[in-house]
Amino acid sequence: MKRPLLTSSLLLGAAGALFLLFNSLQGCRPRTVEAAVGGDAASRTYVKPGAYDEFYNLVSGGFSGQVAVYGLPSGRLLREIPVFSVDPESGYGYSEETKGMLSTTQGFIPWDDSHHPELSQTDGVPDGKWCFINGNNTPRIALIDLGTFRTASIIEIPNSAGNHSSPFTTGNSEYVVAGTRFSIPMGDESSRDVPIKTYKENFKGTVSFIHPDPETGKMNIAFQIKTPGVNFDLSHAGKGPSEGWFFFSCYNTEQAYSLMEVNSSQRDKDFIMAVNWRMAEQLAREGKGKRVPGKHHSNWWNHHTHSAESTVYEDVLQLDPKEHPGLLYFMPCPKSPHGCDVDPSGKYIIGSGKLAALIPVFSFEKMKAAIAANDLEGDYDGIPVLKYESVLHGEVKKPGLGPLHTEFDANGNAYTSMFVSSEIVKWNVQSLEVLDRVPTYYSIGHLMVPGGDSKKPWGKYVVAYNKITKDRYLPTGPELSQSAQLYSIEGDKMELLLDFPTTGEPHYAQAIPADLVRPREVKFFKIEENQHPYAAKGEKETRVERKGKEVHIYMTTIRSHFAPDNVEGVKLGDEVYFHVTNLEQDWDVPHGFAIKGAQNAELLIMPGETQTLKWVPGRVGVVPYYCTDFCSALHQEMQGYVRVSPANSTVPLTAYTVSVDAEL
Amino acid sequence: MNNAQARKSISRLVVWGMVLTMVACGGSEKRTTPPGTTAPAVPEPNATTPAKELYTAADLALADVDQGMAAKGKATSEMKCTACHSMGENRIVGPGWKGITTKREPAWIMNMIVHTDAMLETDPEAQKMLEECLVRMPNQNLSHDEAREVLEYMRTL
Repeated sequence: MKRPLLTSSLLLGAAGALFLLFNSLQGCRPRTVEAAVGGDAASRTYVKPGAYDEFYNLVSGGFSGQVAVYGLPSGRLLREIPVFSVDPESGYGYSEETKGMLSTTQGFIPWDDSHHPELSQTDGVPDGKWCFINGNNTPRIALIDLGTFRTASIIEIPNSAGNHSSPFTTGNSEYVVAGTRFSIPMGDESSRDVPIKTYKENFKGTVSFIHPDPETGKMNIAFQIKTPGVNFDLSHAGKGPSEGWFFFSCYNTEQAYSLMEVNSSQRDKDFIMAVNWRMAEQLAREGKGKRVPGKHHSNWWNHHTHSAESTVYEDVLQLDPKEHPGLLYFMPCPKSPHGCDVDPSGKYIIGSGKLAALIPVFSFEKMKAAIAANDLEGDYDGIPVLKYESVLHGEVKKPGLGPLHTEFDANGNAYTSMFVSSEIVKWNVQSLEVLDRVPTYYSIGHLMVPGGDSKKPWGKYVVAYNKITKDRYLPTGPELSQSAQLYSIEGDKMELLLDFPTTGEPHYAQAIPADLVRPREVKFFKIEENQHPYAAKGEKETRVERKGKEVHIYMTTIRSHFAPDNVEGVKLGDEVYFHVTNLEQDWDVPHGFAIKGAQNAELLIMPGETQTLKWVPGRVGVVPYYCTDFCSALHQEMQGYVRVSPANSTVPLTAYTVSVDAEL
Repeated sequence: MNNAQARKSISRLVVWGMVLTMVACGGSEKRTTPPGTTAPAVPEPNATTPAKELYTAADLALADVDQGMAAKGKATSEMKCTACHSMGENRIVGPGWKGITTKREPAWIMNMIVHTDAMLETDPEAQKMLEECLVRMPNQNLSHDEAREVLEYMRTL
């Protein structure tokens, strides 16, 4: 089993039996997959050769650290975008230019665990400009530019440990948030070096609000709110009437620090934390916060120099809610809530208590009234706790087992994933009535409706992203790809249409009509705008230069040759930098660069771009390099040689391509 | 068909070529596009070179060589063209440019630079070059003015 969300042996032991019980209770559920799939399912997901899918589906790779792009409804994999993990195929994280994207205060971090893609929004609706994604393990947020489908910036989150509750956006992407999953001791070294059992006194949480610059996509931390020590799980921004608020689910209000599966599941209710972010923004603007230690990197891809730029910040502006009443409230929520979702109207907040046998739906209007009336059941570590009954719109009774996440259609319906009973349950947000349920194969985690966490869902489909695959596809040994299922939600009943394998762990996803993304499409980089310091903008600029032990080769590619393609005078002990500029100015003509014995990776250089591979020759001889991306009928001729001589050699450093007009 | 006739027919050929492509449903039409480079079934939204705008001789009034334009054309070609075209007579990937303007009509040259794909798909002379070079000439995305300056530079060679 891969990455189970619930590891309680008791629960899992009971799960199978309960699954059978549910089956027998719901006689209408199809018994076989064949019966579950309509006869016209194939035609409804078939996208004929050369035609395009209606939606882009951006799916996190989970433990792959990347983001995969699929087309819907076909489920075809279009691309895998390197984000938090190195990618030897493209050279991401290996080329000299891209290394900086993965720099942190703890040095170069080559991997992360990417969970939640979130599209940038305008007026509460995904706008097709960017896609954010969180890095869980070494807390970070990345921004992917949907013009290039490349990672355009990555910011490290200080005073955080496990950036799970992230990177959900406000309605105009003023901010994306980062809530720490693990609370930790913070401050100077002596404050951080404390016994783990002093959790209650010393461990604190934070939620950070990160501002992406609307023009450049550069990110900075606008402010960070210090919270009691709990685990933050997920979050969503308010919208419409609740615009200006942000809601975070928290568990482990027991403040346990060991045997968590038992000890953090003791209380009947944990919390949904409501943050008045407009107020926090105002406080920050008025200088009410305090700058506290919080060194972090903000990395940004400069698309003119084709290189990462890193800014290092020493501290962060922190707000203490105890000094600012009205900033934070807790709403009790049964039981270890996971998903925290706001319906399209912005009136209702749904907490999915993953250990609860019901789904609570909170009313924003009632929350405001309870705050106004000071209708509290007490406080938790100094933060006011509102009364459950006072803020509750109602409960969905017996929806299924293990509710995790909820997305919405445009017709007032909600779709909740049930991990333990492995199904999607459709219910009405107003009436709280369960309308339909379909099985998933197997143990669904997140689910996704196009636009389904925004103000204006496009609806049409719901996709299940599953944790267990088992028998869905031809077996491939102990390790299986994970699975996703596409269901139509156009009728009253959900209909299974398609099942497709995914890369990594398909954790969460977003989907957007392709028409909203394609107008920003970048086909190549203009060579005139290339400001890379080692660019060769034309073969005339190709050359080789020695700076001590460093040899810099200014190289170009075009179908189908390198210039220079002969280099001599490199010596053992040299560090050779191949700065390769792709002179092509047309779509879909990358060139590759690989050299024998390279201990890093290859380069894939897009048209108009310059990328650099460092190579340290290890032995004397003539070493070939070649293009790895089949580029033309003469691709197999696209090669070159470097002559490597002993350290004391007197061979002069030269680089050349023999001219066809040599006799002229 | 000689060069002149071919040039005169380009516009019509392109239009008919597009119509044929659209109506070809598994019939016996001979495809002129090399395998693997067929036009997408769905038109690209920002395709830059509608084929009907091909240059004709009437579009290009050539006077004496404008040295200022030629200098600009030289700079552009050194960035975008000379990796494949020598300034001599020999072929690197594409033909050498020495004397090229005496061998080819100016409009044909302009079309190869600006409307590269349309030419490779419809113009018999362009296709003959492709058979010889075996590498499709890339569209290097020169504007009209840049292409015109490159043409002026060619005239100095």
